[in-house]
Amino acid sequence: MAVLLEARGVTKRFGGLIALNGVNFELEEGRIASIIGPNGAGKTTFFNVFTGLYVPEEGTVSFRGTRLTGLRPDQITTLGVCRTFQNIRLFKSMTTVENVLVGMHARVDAGFWGTVTRNPPWRREEQTLWSRAAELLDIVGLRERANELARNLPYGDQRRLEIGRALASRPALLLLDEPTAGMTQGEARSLMALLRKLVADLGLTILLIEHNMRVVMEVSDHVTVLDYGEKIAEGRAADVQKNPRVIEAYLGRRKWTPRAETGSA
Amino acid sequence: MTVQLMQRLLERPVPATIVVVMALGLTAWGVAHVPRSVVLFMLFQASVLLLYFSRMPRGLKLLLTVIALGVLMPVLGTINAYYMEIAIQVGIFVALALGLNIVVGLAGLLDLGYVAFFAVGAYSWAIFGSPQANLIFGGNHFPLSGWWFFVFLFVGVGVAAGAGILLGLPVLRLHGDYLALVTLGFGEVIRVLANNLDKPINITNGPKGITPINRPPIFFEPLLRALGIEPNPYVIYPLYLYALVLLIVGVTVLVNRRLEDSHIGRAWEAIREDQTAAQAMGVPLVRMKLLAFACGASFAGAVGVLFSAKQIFINPESFTFMESIGVLAMIILGGMGSIPGAILGATVVTVLNLQVLKGFSLWLNELRNAGTVILGYNLANLPTQLEPAKYERMIFGLILVLMMIFRPQGILPAKRRVRELSEP
Repeated sequence: MAVLLEARGVTKRFGGLIALNGVNFELEEGRIASIIGPNGAGKTTFFNVFTGLYVPEEGTVSFRGTRLTGLRPDQITTLGVCRTFQNIRLFKSMTTVENVLVGMHARVDAGFWGTVTRNPPWRREEQTLWSRAAELLDIVGLRERANELARNLPYGDQRRLEIGRALASRPALLLLDEPTAGMTQGEARSLMALLRKLVADLGLTILLIEHNMRVVMEVSDHVTVLDYGEKIAEGRAADVQKNPRVIEAYLGRRKWTPRAETGSA
Repeated sequence: MTVQLMQRLLERPVPATIVVVMALGLTAWGVAHVPRSVVLFMLFQASVLLLYFSRMPRGLKLLLTVIALGVLMPVLGTINAYYMEIAIQVGIFVALALGLNIVVGLAGLLDLGYVAFFAVGAYSWAIFGSPQANLIFGGNHFPLSGWWFFVFLFVGVGVAAGAGILLGLPVLRLHGDYLALVTLGFGEVIRVLANNLDKPINITNGPKGITPINRPPIFFEPLLRALGIEPNPYVIYPLYLYALVLLIVGVTVLVNRRLEDSHIGRAWEAIREDQTAAQAMGVPLVRMKLLAFACGASFAGAVGVLFSAKQIFINPESFTFMESIGVLAMIILGGMGSIPGAILGATVVTVLNLQVLKGFSLWLNELRNAGTVILGYNLANLPTQLEPAKYERMIFGLILVLMMIFRPQGILPAKRRVRELSEP
């Protein structure tokens, strides 16, 4: 399998705080991988470096061999990397379907004149955009709520709409920042089923930040553990779980027997 | 009770059509017979609003709008020339409000110096449509003939759009209060430039302003003669300018609607909602923000060209900070990001300024001169400082404060489009 995303020696500092310290990371195509770690370990910072919101002080990130470091977030999205946010960031005063349509912006060909004159190519494209939006809403199960304002959706639906909006940009790599946060075990389970389906049907690669250990263990092929900005372990979920450094990072330096559910934060 | 009855009437096409046609006809007839009645003219305006609110087939609605604005209004305007003046000014401000609506209402970029683009458009035609340009380039090639006015409508669009990008570039990283401050500064810079660019080369003629500015030619004059109408410039020009304003407003509304309901408009709204998320979803912030500034500015530019031709004389006084605030107040009053809101807001504010307050002052003066006594108080003793026309800004402020308390979303807030998705 080819390496899709690669980070080499990424360091990100905020003043005196070292959020990421020379982290190396590789993600193979067609996988579901997870990044776990205690709060403040640098997981979201890592995502922000991938998507261009932060520029690392040292190191590089590349996607399919293209260097991402230094590119703008919208350019990175155009290349095929899209994300969701830990604290949901939908366009709240817009409808569900409009949120998905905005996600397609990077894939729209129509220019300014085409839009103002509404020429046939523009009309055709607009029609395609809307029917694709309908399909995407079907995938995330929000078809019935297409015309509701995003701010009026229930919490779980908002999370799923964020995924739908990210999928709209036709990413090859989807980055999900705590997609099951605040969900019940049942909702989380059906979301995981959806993610597996996406990988199988669309050939996506998915990288998760997750605190829900049951989800992590169940769904991911590969787990990376961050603590204090450093990678302390990686490998198959079951192996990582038994790693003494991981247990220490989560539970502190006392003799504990490893359990299936190592505390979530 | 009556409001409910009215609503129910307007919901059904047949009664709605009857009510609207009657309202338009009666009020127009009234104005034609009592041309000086401000109240009747305002009732006529209200019946146009009624037309907007009523539910009837789109074609019929369009036809009635064309009749009301394209036939009835010009007829009333020839009966009382002041109404034509009001209609033209309303049109100018509607176009301005619609332009600012793109920048502030859709893209969420608070621009407090919007009148600068209006000034840029106005000065572009004023300089070349008057002998002023001779002072810059020497020789005696100017003023350009009136035909160039039509070219300059586009030049105004281009120059204003350029100014919009010029303003946009340095403020791209700013939002909120900081953006507002810089745009306010930009507006003042343009005005101060216009005020001082009479030395060393006389470009704007400073505070004295530029005059006389050429007007577009009455190219249909032979046609009028053939129809047996002797063209009287005092009657024809207001009608002509009104038609041009109507044309500009029509184009503005059309372009606005098309942009709003497209990937461009959606990207602008996404930037307004959450610009970080918008960028992460693939919206190029720099390009879309500059496009918003350029689009908004271009409408102001076109209407500025028309304004200078209408006024024949312009000076920096017409482009003060208060004008920017006035246009902003129009879209806040009407409803941010809403096209009908911007139109209504511009109309209400302009009519309030030009008609209601002035009319009220006039009426109060008449009472004063007649020595009317109200509740034992002789109005002749009323100090002249208490004239309502002098309280324009205060009344305005009061209305805005009340709006913010009771209806912060504006009179006609933006409605979300509801669209049925096709079956997969």
